[in-house]
Amino acid sequence: MLNPLFWYQAIALAFSQIWANKSRAFLTALGIIVGVASTTAVIAALTGLKSKVLTQFESVGASKVFIFPNRPDDKPRNLYPWEKVRLKTSEARALRDECESIRAITPITEVGLEVESGDRKIEGLSVTGIWPDWHEIENRNVTSGRPFTAIDETNERQVCLVNDDAVKELRLPADPVGQFITLGGRRFLIVGLIETVQARFFGLNTSSAEIFIPFSVAEKFQPRDFFMRITALLKSPELAEEGTAEMRWILRKQRGIPDGETESFQVEAIDRFIQQFKTLATGITAIAGGIVGISLLVGGIGIMNIMLVSVSERTREIGLRKAVGATPNMILLQFLLEAVTLCLVGGFIGLACGRLLAFGMTQIPSAQLDEADIPLWAVVLAFAFSAGTGLIFGMFPAIKAARLDPIEALRHE
Amino acid sequence: MSLIEVRQLEKVYRVGVEIIRALNGVDLTIERNDFIAIMGSSGSGKSTLMNMLGCLDRPTSGTYLLNGHDVSRMGATELARVRNEEIGFVFQSFELLPRQTALENVELPLVYAKGGWRDRRPRALAALDRVGLSDRVHHRPNQLSGGQRQRVAIARAILNRPSILLADEPTGNLDSATTVEILAIFRQLHAEGQTIIIVTHEDEVAAHCDRVVRLRDGKVMSDLPILQDSAGRHRGGAGAKGSHELGEQKLPC
Ligand SMILES: Nc1ncnc2c1ncn2[C@@H]1O[C@H](COP(=O)(O)OP(=O)(O)OP(=O)(O)O)[C@@H](O)[C@H]1O
Ligand SMILES: [Mg+2]
Repeated sequence: MLNPLFWYQAIALAFSQIWANKSRAFLTALGIIVGVASTTAVIAALTGLKSKVLTQFESVGASKVFIFPNRPDDKPRNLYPWEKVRLKTSEARALRDECESIRAITPITEVGLEVESGDRKIEGLSVTGIWPDWHEIENRNVTSGRPFTAIDETNERQVCLVNDDAVKELRLPADPVGQFITLGGRRFLIVGLIETVQARFFGLNTSSAEIFIPFSVAEKFQPRDFFMRITALLKSPELAEEGTAEMRWILRKQRGIPDGETESFQVEAIDRFIQQFKTLATGITAIAGGIVGISLLVGGIGIMNIMLVSVSERTREIGLRKAVGATPNMILLQFLLEAVTLCLVGGFIGLACGRLLAFGMTQIPSAQLDEADIPLWAVVLAFAFSAGTGLIFGMFPAIKAARLDPIEALRHE
Repeated sequence: MSLIEVRQLEKVYRVGVEIIRALNGVDLTIERNDFIAIMGSSGSGKSTLMNMLGCLDRPTSGTYLLNGHDVSRMGATELARVRNEEIGFVFQSFELLPRQTALENVELPLVYAKGGWRDRRPRALAALDRVGLSDRVHHRPNQLSGGQRQRVAIARAILNRPSILLADEPTGNLDSATTVEILAIFRQLHAEGQTIIIVTHEDEVAAHCDRVVRLRDGKVMSDLPILQDSAGRHRGGAGAKGSHELGEQKLPC
């Protein structure tokens, strides 16, 4: 219905109007510029923070998976005796050998032992049995001596690792490597001093005196139906879902649990915190959205005002256009296009400012924002909102222009 | 079928409690290739009639047949289309778009046309050539003289080959030498077959036309060929006896 010449001249006119009234157009679009700039900057900051924090989570253990025995609540207890429910070393081995998505795995068991060192004697200290993979999973290395090896495990060597707190409590020399201590009546060689972990990000570790021994050795101290859990590290955090599914499948197979039957164990990935953080980030993004809503409203009223001024200034022009054959709808479209163009130009400038702000953030040292960047969806949304503002607030002036009586318009001073 | 047939056309304005009959029962028939001057004292309804003929406005009552179509009851969109295709306007104050070149100004009606936009350049250039402005194609209005501006406006008005060319005091803002130039263009267009209606106050302008319609108080007072009209005027009245005169009263001009 409308010929290409109409569109061409309408768009050219929209830009030439802005160009002819540069400073006025700029002041008018300021609301939109500020709104878009601040919102995209906030979103950029959040996006940067998110990827930063997620990598931190990862270093803490975003790809960690915990496996516990778990007696189903909805089943009679006698159908699930402890012997059927408890995790077994053979299951840990099966996971280690068969599971493709894990990088490291360790069974963990705690045994209360009497610990002696010289004349120091502590009753019922909790000693933890682990596989060598534990170092990688918990990201805890030795500050002196050596970590556990596969040989310690297979040969059931009577070696142990202690932390600083244990050194203090047992009044061992500052570097205890090479010393012997007695655990449960047997002599153990201290092969490494393990760093004490500060209560980290989420307070997961509240450590005091810690002593570690090979899992195979710990097993010997335990009764036949001892309690153990398994901790594994996924090859990557993205595998959280896939990896837990795979582990469950292997364990079901091990235990002969048919499809549809409730599992007698629990496999849990540590992405709970990540979910929480994501929820928080979404909340902040929504608030930023609210800010943009308000600023676009303010900007939109400015747009409406300036378009009304433009319509009244150009009344004669409108009259002439009507006289040579412009229909009311064509005039409407023309003015809507002008309002939308003005808003889009404002949005574009705002986006450029937002980018600049985001770049500025990345330059602030120790602000954790060095990955701040405006994501594509925010760019698209910024333009969509700007155009929408132009449409909504340009509508009233455009209707006014479209309804002008051509004769009155031509007579206008 | 005549080009224009107007019957009992009335236009009533209401200003407060006052009722103004700008047109009070106008009957007018215009044939193709007529060249008509509409005259009359100020406030007699000339502009109102022109706006009506140009489909810029709708009458309060009466009928207006343009090319056999009743345009007096059309909606705003249909009227816009009729204006675009059938009517060319020339205004007293030119009404050119200040930031556009002569060529772009002349092309304007094609922006709103259904078709014809493809050959807009040659058509606009041809129209400018017809008004003798081939050498000012890329000038803006403020770089043109008054007479040149009005020629651009005429080129714009004839671009879509309208059925009628309407000019409301086209020489009102021009000096007498320029007026002669503009009238020469109108004469040329008329010779080429264009139907033209000019509203004017000046006898010199009306003298170029073939026929003079005189309005008074919203009515057609006389409607005569130019020779009889001027003869009547020289005898102190508009319209000699025996012509198709509509009013008996003498015009005290
Ligand atoms: N929009 C309007 N509202 C009210 N009255 C109007 C309107 N337009 C015209 N009139 C009245 O209608 C009458 C005719 O006006 P019109 O403009 O047609 O006169 P005209 O013959 O063109 O006069 P002039 O030679 O001064 O241009 C005048 O009395 C005028 O006041
Ligand atoms: Mg007038």
